[in-house]
Amino acid sequence: MPKAFLVDTTRCTACRGCQMACKDWHNLPAIETKQTGTHQNPPDLNPCNLKLVRFHEHKTKDNKVVWNFFPDQCRHCVNPICKDVADMAVPGAIIKDSQTGAVLCTEKCKELTADDVKAIITACPYNIPRYDEATKMLTKCDMCFDRVSNGLIPMCVKSCPTGTMVFGERAEILAEAKRRLEALKKTFPKAYLCDPKDVNVIFLLGEEKEHYYEYASFM
Amino acid sequence: MTNHWIDIKNTNCALIMGSNCAEHHPVSMKWVLRAKDNGAKLIHVDPKFSRTSARCDLHVPIRSGSDIAFLGGMINYILENKLYQTEYVKNYTNASVVVGADYSFNDGVFSGLDPQTRTYDKKTWAYSKKKDGTLVLDPEWKNPRCVINLLKKHYSRYTLKNVCDVTGVPEETILQVYNDFCATGRPDKAGTIMYALGWTQHTNGVQIIRTSAIIQLLLGNIGVAGGGINALRGEPNVQGSTDHAILYDTLPGYLPMLRAQWQTLDEYLKGCTPQKQLPNSVNWKSNNPKYMVSLLKGWFGENATKENDFGYSWLPKLEPRGNASYYSSIDRAYQGKMRGGFVFGVNPCQSFPNTHKVRACLDKLDWMVCGEVHNSETTDNWHRPGVDPKTVKTEVFLLPSAHRIEKEGTISNSGRWLQWFDKAVEPAGDARDFGHMLVPLMNKIRDLYATEKGVLPEPILNLNWPKDFVAEEWTKRINGQFWSDVTVGDKTYHKGQQVPKFMNLAADGSTSSLNWLYCGSYTEEEGNKSKKRDKSQTPAQAKIGIFPNWSWCWPVNRRVLYNRASVDANGKPWNPNLPVVEWDGTKWKEGMDVLDGGGAPVGNGEKGRLPFIMCADGLGHLFGPGREDGPFPEHYEPVETPLKSHPFSKQLSSPVYLTYHSDLDKLAEPGDPRYPIVLTTYSMTEHWCGGGETRNTPNLLEAEPQLYVEMSHELAEIKGIKNGDGVIVESIRGKVEAIAMVTVRIRPFTIMGKTVHLIGMPFAFGWLTPKCGDSTNRLTTGVYDPNTTIQEDKACMVDIYKADKLTEIA
Repeated sequence: MPKAFLVDTTRCTACRGCQMACKDWHNLPAIETKQTGTHQNPPDLNPCNLKLVRFHEHKTKDNKVVWNFFPDQCRHCVNPICKDVADMAVPGAIIKDSQTGAVLCTEKCKELTADDVKAIITACPYNIPRYDEATKMLTKCDMCFDRVSNGLIPMCVKSCPTGTMVFGERAEILAEAKRRLEALKKTFPKAYLCDPKDVNVIFLLGEEKEHYYEYASFM
Repeated sequence: MTNHWIDIKNTNCALIMGSNCAEHHPVSMKWVLRAKDNGAKLIHVDPKFSRTSARCDLHVPIRSGSDIAFLGGMINYILENKLYQTEYVKNYTNASVVVGADYSFNDGVFSGLDPQTRTYDKKTWAYSKKKDGTLVLDPEWKNPRCVINLLKKHYSRYTLKNVCDVTGVPEETILQVYNDFCATGRPDKAGTIMYALGWTQHTNGVQIIRTSAIIQLLLGNIGVAGGGINALRGEPNVQGSTDHAILYDTLPGYLPMLRAQWQTLDEYLKGCTPQKQLPNSVNWKSNNPKYMVSLLKGWFGENATKENDFGYSWLPKLEPRGNASYYSSIDRAYQGKMRGGFVFGVNPCQSFPNTHKVRACLDKLDWMVCGEVHNSETTDNWHRPGVDPKTVKTEVFLLPSAHRIEKEGTISNSGRWLQWFDKAVEPAGDARDFGHMLVPLMNKIRDLYATEKGVLPEPILNLNWPKDFVAEEWTKRINGQFWSDVTVGDKTYHKGQQVPKFMNLAADGSTSSLNWLYCGSYTEEEGNKSKKRDKSQTPAQAKIGIFPNWSWCWPVNRRVLYNRASVDANGKPWNPNLPVVEWDGTKWKEGMDVLDGGGAPVGNGEKGRLPFIMCADGLGHLFGPGREDGPFPEHYEPVETPLKSHPFSKQLSSPVYLTYHSDLDKLAEPGDPRYPIVLTTYSMTEHWCGGGETRNTPNLLEAEPQLYVEMSHELAEIKGIKNGDGVIVESIRGKVEAIAMVTVRIRPFTIMGKTVHLIGMPFAFGWLTPKCGDSTNRLTTGVYDPNTTIQEDKACMVDIYKADKLTEIA
């Protein structure tokens, strides 16, 4: 049975513990950033940031401020399109682990041409993979495969202080996602789960995805 | 905290004000959100919509510096609508106490003011007393001078209109907050108040907290599960270091500072040991002599004897109104009256207000010793931008300091839990922890005194001082030890053994304790209790989230302070679903929290005890005659303010705030048209305080790389500033470069009919980290609360404009 994450954005405080923990666990170096008028930094996912908290603010019609946080990462799709596209070029460049459901980039990624890489990145409905010029690798969240295959939970989930992120067996996580969605309907009438049938990282949003991030949800 | 972190989950309404807890105490939100899951309302009152506001039911933007107006309005609302918990207020607060004839309040000024010295004579605020010294009570509340009637009169001016005019919060929003929070006045409901530096860093910071105390007492929210006044303390062991007297005006365990009017121990003890004011009062401070003598015994050991006043005369005494705070030290350095000193655990050239003055002051020192993990704006002050290092004479000794994961010891958290931590790795290079710096240093000084003598050698040579530093030895000393054989119950303790509880401390020299509050934390029977990590609890404790075997908590492992106020006069819990303690008719039930004070519930005649055991009257203080700036909190404007008048009184700012008078202590006049914008300052999740540690953590600097200023779209349009533009923020004291963050999360206020803009900046960025900007505190004011000497970092007046070019940020 594959594993799954629930990311309940209605509990997220954008403390960015997950963003830091991911970098730490994967030994990824800091990159130079600038303040450009937003707290979102680095501005986008990149080979050194596989997990990124996105910030989005808006005012409602009745003049209320809403500030949404979206801890972005690979969704570890049930049927990963990136893998299908990669298989057409270099079979085994992207694999799906049958035990955990983790979608992983392998060393064979280095054999992909520039066009292959572009096709894979474009194919991802969630705009996740990034290309590392230096290592010639595709980079993205690996579900902390080393931790999970040793019985530990992913580092981002471990670091989360508010229960925004939970990790476990897909069936249990789906049930928890539905339970939370039902409970939230009173305070967040527009709340919904992002593509729960298709992904193993299930985001729970409080309102429409345009108030979070354009690639938050496919459907 | 009166309560503790886990207890927040028990609340029915959390008023988060003066705190941005999601950003500065991220783990707090675990418990805040559990309360929300249980149906609690979450209200965030704060100038800026922050990551905390994002998770609350209601965010209420308020003009920085108007908190007392907002909360005073709530007091008025409670009293006018009789929303208080009558039985609690009558039995447990000083509502019925009659105040003496000398007390008055006229147009913003209390009786006893000396405008020359900017101080109050607090004697004019005394209670009315009977011939036997006990208090005059009016349980019927008919006497116009009983506290509840004075309270009503005082806050009658805090009308919705006045509150709205001064705070900028619309009347309907004010009412919404008042209604939601005051609903916790029902006996079986609880409201919690969570605050931090957003309240303390004002010239009336202590009085803001006093206002919250009045509200919580009126609503019966002190002592109960899910209630209390909860100060969210900082990561650097703020709770523990305050308990151990890091501030100049107290001794460990909050014993009063030694002052010049008390030249002998007897005079000190007389001056600091209050007399019981009501028959049922526990008056815990009557024990002060035991704690003070045990402290002296801890300091001087065998050399402290009854004959030499336990060494009292060897200690320096502060002038009666003497101020030895950071800021008076800085000012004395500026006046050339201080030649050198130690700067540990703080980065004044970055974090102190009016930083230009601080930096200039340190230039005047001959020598300075700093203990730091990283170089800081203070250690490197002499080659800051714009200064020729050759012109600065200060000789700086920089002692490399161990990081907290490189040392062992205890930290006290906000909930007063004493928790041991182990050393994870050895300190790098020559780095040492403070103990391994200070113990050998003192031994060197002792050697010098022993061989070369010197003036007043006694306090140095007579110290009870170890040869080497061992952290756990100090944990033992803090708890306290016996200095002769003493029998407690059926057990005899020998010299050198641990004192089991502070009830066993004595004033005769037979015991020592470096902090009576921590007595009981390290015993013969159970060892070092700060190491306890046992989750076992009774069902009653599980109900309210108490883990009595996880660490240890001062005092005597009591997890909820004032918990005997959680029951009625007969000992029945106000909220039967979440009892903290309970009286079964003959005794207090086992397996609950550790009861505050002894005796029976107050309804039991002579055996009954009043719940507020630290007050001489045993009552919660609606009228608080002990503070420097008045027995009732009163709205005053920040010292720099956009207003020339306010509707509460003719007294614009506090008549007794502290300040200094050098050429660098400039203040803008109220309503100065050159500086029309309110600036508030704060920290953020990613950087800690002045950023000295976190700017050296690359991943954190990646997430928050440079100084920004958050401002509204409305102000940005007026000023022609776009999101991401470089800007200059300017006050009468200096200019600071920042990047504009134009956001809907800050909005203009309507104050007294006019638009007032507010902007906000973090203070974490300093010149030593290249290209990130420099200290925001170059803008802030050097004006201080008269009780604590805490600076008014939360409100000053500035202007903002687009920068032609940036030099501090790149």
